[in-house]
Amino acid sequence: MNENVGIVIVSHSADVARGTAMMVEQMVGHEVPLGWCGGDPDGGLGTNVEAIMAAIDKAWSEKGVAILVDLGGAETNSEMAIEMLPDARRGRVVVCNAPVVEGAVMAATEAASGATLEAVRRTAEELTPV
Amino acid sequence: MMIDRETRKRLIVAVANRVIASADELTDLDRAIGDGDHGTNMRRGFEAVLAAADELSAKSLSESLKGLGTTLVMKVGGASGPLYGTLFMSLGKTLADEVSLEQVADAVAAAIDAVKARGKSEAGQKTMLDVFFPVLAVLREGGGDFPARLRAAARLAAENTVPMKAIRGRASFLGERSIGHMDPGARSSELIVDAVADVMEGCA
Repeated sequence: MNENVGIVIVSHSADVARGTAMMVEQMVGHEVPLGWCGGDPDGGLGTNVEAIMAAIDKAWSEKGVAILVDLGGAETNSEMAIEMLPDARRGRVVVCNAPVVEGAVMAATEAASGATLEAVRRTAEELTPV
Repeated sequence: MMIDRETRKRLIVAVANRVIASADELTDLDRAIGDGDHGTNMRRGFEAVLAAADELSAKSLSESLKGLGTTLVMKVGGASGPLYGTLFMSLGKTLADEVSLEQVADAVAAAIDAVKARGKSEAGQKTMLDVFFPVLAVLREGGGDFPARLRAAARLAAENTVPMKAIRGRASFLGERSIGHMDPGARSSELIVDAVADVMEGCA
């Protein structure tokens, strides 16, 4: 089975997350397992650990999952979600330090080529000025 | 001291009610320098805690603190969820039902470290940590009139965040403009400490 690294998009806004996911799908079709979520548990703006864990599960790949986040709370909640994963999965999920839209598209394009999790992360993070 | 089931329940209920009652104030503080959701988020989290108060307090202190932390992580829906969740889960790692003041201080010190790691933050960056460091200092001192000094230290510490410039979180986007406002996370931490002090004094 030719499995690729999965991509998860976490935004404070469900619309941003969904829109970003659509852009990713336009680039790579369904070659890359994709999960996304946005909004707090009541459907307002925010992020939510339970939804992030579900998105990781949806995008799960044995090669790992790269998460793209927008603002601080999305990062903190994603790190928390990773910590709450089962031991066997925890070490194979990373949060990329990259802009969410561009990062997701770049990471997914890299993932679609069969790249490793580390290569996917590196590609997304090339977008971040140092 | 012995933190029995009844005391655990009083602590959980007092802390949750204090945060819920101050939700609008927290949101106003957050509107000034953040994204204006701290009160709403904390209310959602602590309403879930309140609803589970009986179930949580029936467990050991360690398990009830862990359960409280997990509830906040799952329900708050902002960065404060993992931050407060980590604080309570860390406290739950070491505290037994029968604890000395020194053990409480050690547990708070470890919880501060865990929150620092979770938020990638330090003292003096206009965050909840700026309240817990002085609170830890009071715990280390011990001595008489303890709850009152705990309360006073937390109050002063929250006020001391007013002139600070935010380095972490959404408020850091404002840079210099974050100066002159109390940090909402410092205020919610003060409220939590205050509610705990009330229970220690036997008036909640």
